[in-house]
Amino acid sequence: MTTETRADPARPARADLLWYVGIPLAAIVLWFLYSQLIPFSEWVTSRLPVARHSHAGEAIAFFVYDVPKVLLLLTGIVFVTGVLRSWFSPEKTRAILPGKREIAGYPLAALLGVFTPFCSCSSVPLFIGFVSAGVPLGVTFSFLIAGPMVGPVGLGLLYGIVGWKVATIYLVFGFSIATVSGFVLGRMGLERYLQDWVQALNAGPVGDLPEERLTLVDRLKIGVEQVREIVGKVWIWVIVGISIGALIHGYVPEATMLRIMGGEAWWSVPAAVVVGVPMYTNAAGVIPVVEALLGKGAALGTTLAFMMSVIALSLPEMIILKQVLTYRLIAIFIAVVAAGILATGFLFNFLL
Amino acid sequence: MKTVKVYGPGCKRCETTAAMISDAAARLGVEVDVEKVTDPKSIAMAGVMSTPGISVDGKLVHAGGLPDGTKLEAWLAS
Repeated sequence: MTTETRADPARPARADLLWYVGIPLAAIVLWFLYSQLIPFSEWVTSRLPVARHSHAGEAIAFFVYDVPKVLLLLTGIVFVTGVLRSWFSPEKTRAILPGKREIAGYPLAALLGVFTPFCSCSSVPLFIGFVSAGVPLGVTFSFLIAGPMVGPVGLGLLYGIVGWKVATIYLVFGFSIATVSGFVLGRMGLERYLQDWVQALNAGPVGDLPEERLTLVDRLKIGVEQVREIVGKVWIWVIVGISIGALIHGYVPEATMLRIMGGEAWWSVPAAVVVGVPMYTNAAGVIPVVEALLGKGAALGTTLAFMMSVIALSLPEMIILKQVLTYRLIAIFIAVVAAGILATGFLFNFLL
Repeated sequence: MKTVKVYGPGCKRCETTAAMISDAAARLGVEVDVEKVTDPKSIAMAGVMSTPGISVDGKLVHAGGLPDGTKLEAWLAS
């Protein structure tokens, strides 16, 4: 799929047309499958030798409904995100950020963090690239927090599975935590806690790449490529997350849930953060669990705190960042973000 | 003889990129020396922020994602 159109600009039409027809067609097929989910899962469950409203029946129905639902949603969202992100790149973002006024810099960095494509495996070169180009440390943190915290994939799934209210609350507060945490970290003057070799780098060379001109078809290809890569990597987390969600949905009594994660239990918010931070999964894996927790009456604040700490703070990412940050700076970073998550959790448990 | 460097912390895409370069070079009959740069400091010093990045004879030609096959051949051929 590499050579068709580029070499001969005279006849680009045929292969391109395939994309213009194929993508809407695929969208219609996905939409149709999506609309058949409830009858499908009820049918599958009814064929199994378990009573529909027994514990096992409920768990199986949850699983059979959620697996195709999450995978279909994930495919659609990853594709759209991939296409949108093809307009952004870390290089462009780095060119925008240094010149910005301090206060505007934080929300802008958080916003760019949401749309700039980067994988956690390149967060070290990205971090250095930003800092050496004169992007303030706090602004860089806003960028790095917002990326995973309010990524479009997590938000889209939350919207599709849990509902627009929770998704909107999550968006507003996730974004605020990224902005404010970056601001607080920026005020603390933490540059001296970077690893020595990072401090020694000043104004690193800027790789000047010729700007690539992408056609719409190129962008659609990027979207499909993303689907292949991300869905291919994440599906296992989806299955694990839905299995846990199904067990909660089928077997955990509501009274127990209320006692552990209800609004009355104030300690449940910090407990959710303590449990959530070392846990590592993709947004796609944790959202089915969130769905089951909320369905069983867990408090919104506690559940949000759990979800945010699982997604935004992860041990593997800290290990990667250890190459550029000292332990002290990592600890401060975790403490500030966790404080924001705690505040969000308490606020919603208090309000609702 | 061209010196091609692949910048990346050793993720799967970086491996794939290195393999693509060797394949393209073999197709074109160009002799290349493919070197993988995995040290984050060196990656940053080369001005690469999104990995995998590629440089040919010291000149950065690509950053972020797998390279396009056609472009890759052009970089190696020039």
